[in-house]
Amino acid sequence: MSDETVNEEIDQSDDTNVYETSSRGQKVLHTGRNNLISAIQGLRSEGFNVCIDVTAVDYLENPERDLPEEISPERFELVVNLLSHQKRERVRLRIQVPENQPNVPTLFDIFPGTEALEREVHDLFGINFDGHPDMTRILMPENWQGHPLRKDYDVGKIPVQFKEAPGSS
Amino acid sequence: MTDQVMANDEIDEKNNSAERVFRRGDDSAILRLSESEVQAYTPDDDRRMVINMGPQHPSTHGVLRLSLEMEGESVLRSKPIIGYLHTGMEKTGEQLSYLQGPTNVTRMDYSSPLFSELAFSLATETLLEIEIPQRATWIRMLMCELNRISSHLLFQATNGMDMGAVGAMIYGWREREEVLRLFEIITGLRMNHNYIRPGGVAADLPDGWRDDVLRVLDSLPDRLDEFDTLLTGQPIWHERLQGVGVINTAECLALGITGPLLRSTGYAWDLRKDIPYLEYDQVEFDVLVGTYGDCFDRFAIRLNEIRESIRIVRQILEKMPQGDYKIQDKKVTPPPRARIDESMEALIHHFKIFTEGFKVPAGEVYASVESPRGELGCYIVSDGGPKPYRMHIRGPSFTNLQVLPHMLQNCLVADAVAVISTVDPIMGEVDR
Repeated sequence: MSDETVNEEIDQSDDTNVYETSSRGQKVLHTGRNNLISAIQGLRSEGFNVCIDVTAVDYLENPERDLPEEISPERFELVVNLLSHQKRERVRLRIQVPENQPNVPTLFDIFPGTEALEREVHDLFGINFDGHPDMTRILMPENWQGHPLRKDYDVGKIPVQFKEAPGSS
Repeated sequence: MTDQVMANDEIDEKNNSAERVFRRGDDSAILRLSESEVQAYTPDDDRRMVINMGPQHPSTHGVLRLSLEMEGESVLRSKPIIGYLHTGMEKTGEQLSYLQGPTNVTRMDYSSPLFSELAFSLATETLLEIEIPQRATWIRMLMCELNRISSHLLFQATNGMDMGAVGAMIYGWREREEVLRLFEIITGLRMNHNYIRPGGVAADLPDGWRDDVLRVLDSLPDRLDEFDTLLTGQPIWHERLQGVGVINTAECLALGITGPLLRSTGYAWDLRKDIPYLEYDQVEFDVLVGTYGDCFDRFAIRLNEIRESIRIVRQILEKMPQGDYKIQDKKVTPPPRARIDESMEALIHHFKIFTEGFKVPAGEVYASVESPRGELGCYIVSDGGPKPYRMHIRGPSFTNLQVLPHMLQNCLVADAVAVISTVDPIMGEVDR
């Protein structure tokens, strides 16, 4: 990316364009995160009637990746997998989520089945879903510190946390 | 239940509203309270109480815990609390090479381990852009269908036990053991096989495998008829299951439910048929659907899917081609043991694969298969190294579990056991 685009400080979260790329023959779409809801609603009316999966990737150690020129990479990437039963087709949305403000609108009102999936992403990556009915941890204990699937959360570095163990807060 | 496949577009719009799954507030079926809030929660109405079921209840299939808000014997709202089996397998997956990966994912859904291995291997192979030999593909299909049989037999056993038909437990386990014995002959292990690997399968089918498979296939139909005698036709069985835990198609689609749960509502969706992978378009089988979306339909679908799988396995036996059981690409699969003694190059490849692992070009893919519980997907991001940068498994049990509060609403606590049982969650896959 050139220095000029950095200086302009365009908030790409508001990008309403949807860019299509392909990964090993699979269809991938990119858009700004504030456009996520309308993009998904659009896809839904095109026949993508099931939200199969919501997950995330922490690109802290791997900033180089295949993105359209207009999309600048951020630390986190939200990945939403949609499936069309009529067209027998899949599509994957990749949304860039910045580290300093990890917020994304919830998909609950379009696909209520994303409730648990979003809680999992929140639990393991620390990405917040605005408007989610129950934004709590799902797999880790409620009082857990940190988000295990982040790349700066090292394996084996954190001692086992027990609620009433001596020394634990 | 009818075997007739209903066209997917002909779903009756009436009585097929998903409105209740969109509710957010107190009228929702989900008790949206955190663990500590549940403990402190006292309902305004003193006829109501919140009770805790599990995680150590025999019919919660492992360690599922439910908070139930009850009024008398009826469940008003509920919340599944999970995570008791969480061991960070997706994090572990980032520390293991692609060759070691199947040993990790196979422990997720422990009653159908070969499907996780398959999804992982398919994703890796798509990233590598390699085609595996025909025989390897057919061996994978054979193993997966046998695994579907053993998994559904385990369901028959646990479902019977949950319903109080303890005899069914012994019958189900007896039959399942026959299939597991077959797995032991072919893969060396009863469970957690690590048999399907990127590039093919771990070993060729052993001598006499055809007779062994046929012996199991021949014994099964009579024994499945015993289930029909013991369970399907019994009035008590009908009373316990029919009309309990009803869900409709629109709700299933909104919640992302797949597998027998979705098919029980009369909606024919099966990845093997609709988006065929491996060579499923080469075999004939029917997709079974239910009519009412209740516990009985789900039970009947699973019982009859065993019969369909037997039909598929018989066709696989006829069509099994000769050839290699793994790809002969020395960068992906280790060379034959004998070659290492005579070829320096083979020794180097062997050493590289088992120390560093093979490198996978950068990219990201999603691969999915139809597991006995629904769509099992694997999302892998590669940064070009020998280990996945991110490995995510989309477990069908995890998503399917969200249907519980909706099914449990207004049903008796005794029926809750039937509902949990026929959702058939495997907690290893839910918690990962």
